[in-house]
Amino acid sequence: MATLRDIKRRIASVRSTQQITKAMKMVAAAKLRKAQERLYKARPYAYQIAQVLGHVAARVDRSAHPLLADREPNRVGYVIVTGDRGLCGSFNTNILRHAHEELDSVQAETVGLITVGRKAVQHFDKLDVQVLGRYMNFFNELEFSHAMAIASLIRDKFLDHELDHIYVIYNEFKSAVQQRIVVEQILPIVPELPEKEKHPSEYLFEPSPQAILDPLLDRYLNVRVWRILLESYAAEQGARMTAMEAATENAEEMIHNLILHYNKARQASITKEIIEIVSGAEALKS
Amino acid sequence: MPEEKTFQFEIVTPEGKVYSETVESVIAPGVDGYFGVLAGHTPFMTALKIGEIRVRTHGETVLFATTGGFVEVLPHRMTLLAETAEEASRIDVSRALAAKERAEKRLKSRSPDVDVERARLALARALNRLRVAQHAGVRIG
Repeated sequence: MATLRDIKRRIASVRSTQQITKAMKMVAAAKLRKAQERLYKARPYAYQIAQVLGHVAARVDRSAHPLLADREPNRVGYVIVTGDRGLCGSFNTNILRHAHEELDSVQAETVGLITVGRKAVQHFDKLDVQVLGRYMNFFNELEFSHAMAIASLIRDKFLDHELDHIYVIYNEFKSAVQQRIVVEQILPIVPELPEKEKHPSEYLFEPSPQAILDPLLDRYLNVRVWRILLESYAAEQGARMTAMEAATENAEEMIHNLILHYNKARQASITKEIIEIVSGAEALKS
Repeated sequence: MPEEKTFQFEIVTPEGKVYSETVESVIAPGVDGYFGVLAGHTPFMTALKIGEIRVRTHGETVLFATTGGFVEVLPHRMTLLAETAEEASRIDVSRALAAKERAEKRLKSRSPDVDVERARLALARALNRLRVAQHAGVRIG
């Protein structure tokens, strides 16, 4: 049986763990707020550029640009975005599990992966899969240049015909307590065509739709990857906050039970002592 | 009723909305040269290069330095999707000066591992920022 000292020690240890989870929850909440702000700032640009792209795409043929070319998906690429760090509940495991489901069901000759986030990198490096690119340990100082590096890698793989279709698997940020796993096709680019009646018929392009298309598609791709990274990072912080909150509550419950246990043990030892004294006195009497 | 002489103008960058205002005119650096926009302009779209954006609003002039992007003009609305856009008074002059010197040094070194195109672009961006700041009356020492 656990002695009183043992129980006391356990209470102290759980309590210090609780302090850590509480602090982590607060840090995650602060980071979440920042990440959310950044995401909300990036969204209008991403939305506008998609709209502008739609206007241009409505005027050109889909064969006008190699990034729009829809090829037979013989070689398929997946960009898998997890976090760099753990202790965020099922955030990383859910993404990895979902990625495996995708990989198992895909009908393609070859599959190549681009792993983003330390958890994804470490997970897939242990397995027998083809990893074409690895990006990790950057989410803490996430910059646009990180998105550009990833975008330029997948663009090269696509244009060199190394990959015919490229998908991204990531967590979309819904709210602080809700994430949603999304699988999106990122290449070839499928522009959202504008609604006919809203679109002015007279529309000038300088110098020409083709000339604008090239930098526009580049830009669109970069911004899309950027938004995905921001979504995932905000979702990660949200998941961590929720997980740490639950851990703090669990610790509270554990401490409560341990205290109960402690008191019972204390009571038992007192009772035992009294019995000993009483029976000792009885023995002297007789 | 007088004809509407103003239109809605927005500058959006990946870092957020930089500017949103009712304006009288905008001059922007298109790839084929600077162009001006007034209310009621024919719908058009063009790419931008490094340069200065000059906005007239409520009788005042506001300047921005941009490193390029795209612009869509509609009769009553103009949207500028910029890679970066800084209002003249917010330009970090010392940083631009440092970037200019760094780029010049790299161009002068002529060593084979210098990406000349990149250094030239960096220099153009730095010079543009300095020029816009100067136009807005910031002293460059």
